[in-house]
Amino acid sequence: MCRLAAITSDNYFSPMENIAALETMKEGHDGSGMGLILKGLGGEFEELKEFPILSGICSKEGLHALDAYMNKVGFQLKYTWTPKTRPVKGIDARDYYFARVYDYPDAVKERPVKEKEDLLLRTRLALRKLGEDDESIIVFSFYPDILALKEVGDPLQLGRFFGLEKDPLKAKIIFAQGRQNTNYAINLYACHPFFIQGYGTMTNGENTAFIPIKEFLQGRGVPGYIGYNSDSEVFAHILHYTCKHLGYPLTYYKDITTPLKTEEIDMREDGEAVRLLKMSLRPLCIDGPNCTMGFTPDGTTFMLQDAKKLRPGVVGGRKGKFGLMSEECGLDSAIPQRDRPLDVFPMKYDMAIIEPDAKGVKLWNQLQGWTTITG
Amino acid sequence: MEPASRLDNNHRLTLKDFPYIVRWRDERCTRCGRCTAVCPMFSIEPAVVVRRSVHSEGSVPAPIAVRMTAAVVRQSNDIERYCTGCATCTLVCPNEAIEPEFNPQHKFLFHKNKGGHPYRRGGRRNDPQVSTLDRLKFTRISMLTDPALDAGRHEFRIRTYLGRILPAEELPIKSVNGSLKVDKGSGSFIPPVREIYPIMIGSMSIGALSPNMWEGLAMGITYLNEVEGMPVVMCSGEGGMPARLLRSKFLKYFIPQIASGYFGWDEIVRALPHMIEDPCAIEIKYGQGAKPGDGGLLMAHKVLKLISEIRGVPMGVDLPSPPTHQTKYSIEEAVAKMIQSMSMAWGFRVPVYPKISGSKTSKAVLNNLVRNPYASAFSLDGEDGGTGAAYDVSMNSMGHPIVSNLRECYLDLVKQGKQNELPLIAAGGIGKKGNLAANAASLFMLGASAVSIGKYIMQAAAECHGDEYNRCNVCNIGKCPRGITTQDPKLYRRLDPDKVAERVVEVFKSVDVELKKIFAPMGRSTELPIGMSDGLSADDPAIAERLKISYAC
Repeated sequence: MCRLAAITSDNYFSPMENIAALETMKEGHDGSGMGLILKGLGGEFEELKEFPILSGICSKEGLHALDAYMNKVGFQLKYTWTPKTRPVKGIDARDYYFARVYDYPDAVKERPVKEKEDLLLRTRLALRKLGEDDESIIVFSFYPDILALKEVGDPLQLGRFFGLEKDPLKAKIIFAQGRQNTNYAINLYACHPFFIQGYGTMTNGENTAFIPIKEFLQGRGVPGYIGYNSDSEVFAHILHYTCKHLGYPLTYYKDITTPLKTEEIDMREDGEAVRLLKMSLRPLCIDGPNCTMGFTPDGTTFMLQDAKKLRPGVVGGRKGKFGLMSEECGLDSAIPQRDRPLDVFPMKYDMAIIEPDAKGVKLWNQLQGWTTITG
Repeated sequence: MEPASRLDNNHRLTLKDFPYIVRWRDERCTRCGRCTAVCPMFSIEPAVVVRRSVHSEGSVPAPIAVRMTAAVVRQSNDIERYCTGCATCTLVCPNEAIEPEFNPQHKFLFHKNKGGHPYRRGGRRNDPQVSTLDRLKFTRISMLTDPALDAGRHEFRIRTYLGRILPAEELPIKSVNGSLKVDKGSGSFIPPVREIYPIMIGSMSIGALSPNMWEGLAMGITYLNEVEGMPVVMCSGEGGMPARLLRSKFLKYFIPQIASGYFGWDEIVRALPHMIEDPCAIEIKYGQGAKPGDGGLLMAHKVLKLISEIRGVPMGVDLPSPPTHQTKYSIEEAVAKMIQSMSMAWGFRVPVYPKISGSKTSKAVLNNLVRNPYASAFSLDGEDGGTGAAYDVSMNSMGHPIVSNLRECYLDLVKQGKQNELPLIAAGGIGKKGNLAANAASLFMLGASAVSIGKYIMQAAAECHGDEYNRCNVCNIGKCPRGITTQDPKLYRRLDPDKVAERVVEVFKSVDVELKKIFAPMGRSTELPIGMSDGLSADDPAIAERLKISYAC
């Protein structure tokens, strides 16, 4: 089962904290990949928050093609971060890992955010297509204040490979996933966390309803709903579809992915709407067992799981720093100084929501509404 | 002297020409007469024959030939009195002295057209081969990548929707202070949707079925809903419904069907002001899988008092429904109008959907319905569906198998992103070999929102004799030996409606367990796995390719 370690804080911290948590949660062989997504970036990126960051990997030829394409569209390169990689046994280094900050093309600089976001999405998809056949270009995200780093290998070794323990790269929200040993012929596009237009998720567990969900999402007419090299990518797209496309409040992500029974819905104040949602979005029921963690553009992070998740993930910490982990020991590693009795294990009706800047944890219950607030 | 033409018995059939040959055992028979009395076809009859026997008594052989008469049971070689193989004779024989035996070399179809009347019968397609549905397996089993569920302990929700489902983008919903509310002022039409059990009992009319059979089914359905909490629903078939049921609170478990003869609709329309519940839905029958393009048929000897009252017709006349609705001019105009008219009759509170026979044209109908906001579902009836009466040629040679037809329609909806908007109901040969749960689950995974069964429930709940070797299959002539498809009180009183109801309940409770046994290892419990095609494999590469599923061997 994949290991998940997300940390949200009001201070910048290194992704090595997440990697250490992953290492603590490691059980058995583990090496088919790690993904990192950083949001709320510090260091050099702090001054560049309004500009989109293109994260990915290129071959030498791919880099030429990428530059040519970005020039053609009119993006102007402002800053480049590359990890200071060093040889680590068992990790096949690729040519060029990068996070490049671009300025928007002149024609869209003054356009509304939605237009900019659509351009970023279209550009990412075009670059993906450009390098997909020969893997000369792999792009994970293209969005302001988001940096993604992914590679096949053991997470701790990858941390060393990327030189993250010495790198000043820091952020306020970092999501990390260590992929367990189920699939060696892994396509990097199958590596969590997944990101689309400000929304990101990572998930563990088998998604038994993958095909119906995928087919439904692909029919929504949203250009970004493609890929699906992993059955977990749909969780990010459902989040995007719920909150951005339909404009529903975040808590309805829970109602859509793990719907209540009809008689339970009748107990809700908003039952009439929830009943309609359940029917209209029936194919998006995840039917688990899955634990999903995610973040939204405003820096809210959350965790939920379905009724079949026998070992739930845990949320805990203290005001200013909270961890969302698939195992308790990961939380012990990331935030040892905390009041452990206040740890939250979101159960089948629950959604643990951490406010931006880690102000506190709120527990949303599908039947009871807001039940617990700690901070 | 007799002419040679009579002596050589030309133009008479031998028993070897018949599909079933009655094996009668002289030494076991007590001549009680039960078998000949019960035979619905009068295929066997008591007869007296002269026998020559040779006796010898004493220590030295002294054979004496004696002629004596003996009572025997004889099979007729009159084609009109052919043995259907129903084996009712065997059932009533106290001494295991008689049974029909299938004769694979029979020449029945060469001769069953006397008077220029083609062979007509009930039942379903005579094809004993394994159907496509039984060649599908569930191969995606969760074990170590994730634990399988416990079918006995885990909570399962085996339900589906019947009704047009709006895409989320069109829902009249607005967000108010972090909560979603239905915008009552939007004026948007929210189509009616029912939450039902995904296996329905398909359309079998009162008339085709005996009163006891229909009542048994209806009682079973009601019990399942009221006591077991399983929302199983049943379609009336063409021919109306009993007046007291139309006015009862149980109407909500029934789907009245309107077909091209409009039989029974006078009574239904008259009952409208007195209805205290809406029906579950309305089914408009445009076609039937067993006899595509052919109309319904209730033969005169089944139109007795009760039927004539419910249907509003004289007694003792053939009741053929036309192959098509007489008001139908084009699919765009007539189907839309009919769906709208029926919706309007119940104030747009009742889902209305059409049923057609599986066909290469199904996708055209589908695409018309997709664009009709009042079409609530689309029911496809495949060639293996049963019927109370049809021409043998229609049943055996006309129609489209349900599996690829359903799959094509579902994938067409997927392509348009509308697979959740118009539920597909699959019917026709589900449970043909007895594998009801597996067949139903396969169809869900291929894209059906629900399945409809007819023949299976007749066999399981009332021991219908019919099979794909043309056993029995005399549903059309009112002589059903089980009392299932007859209006003759002497026959239908053999059938205890309470027993039928009990069996209906048993069938649904057991199929529910079996569905859980399929869904649990596949890790599905919350929603019906509609379109979960990665869970299925076929044992034939061509089938796998056609259905766009994997091939496993």
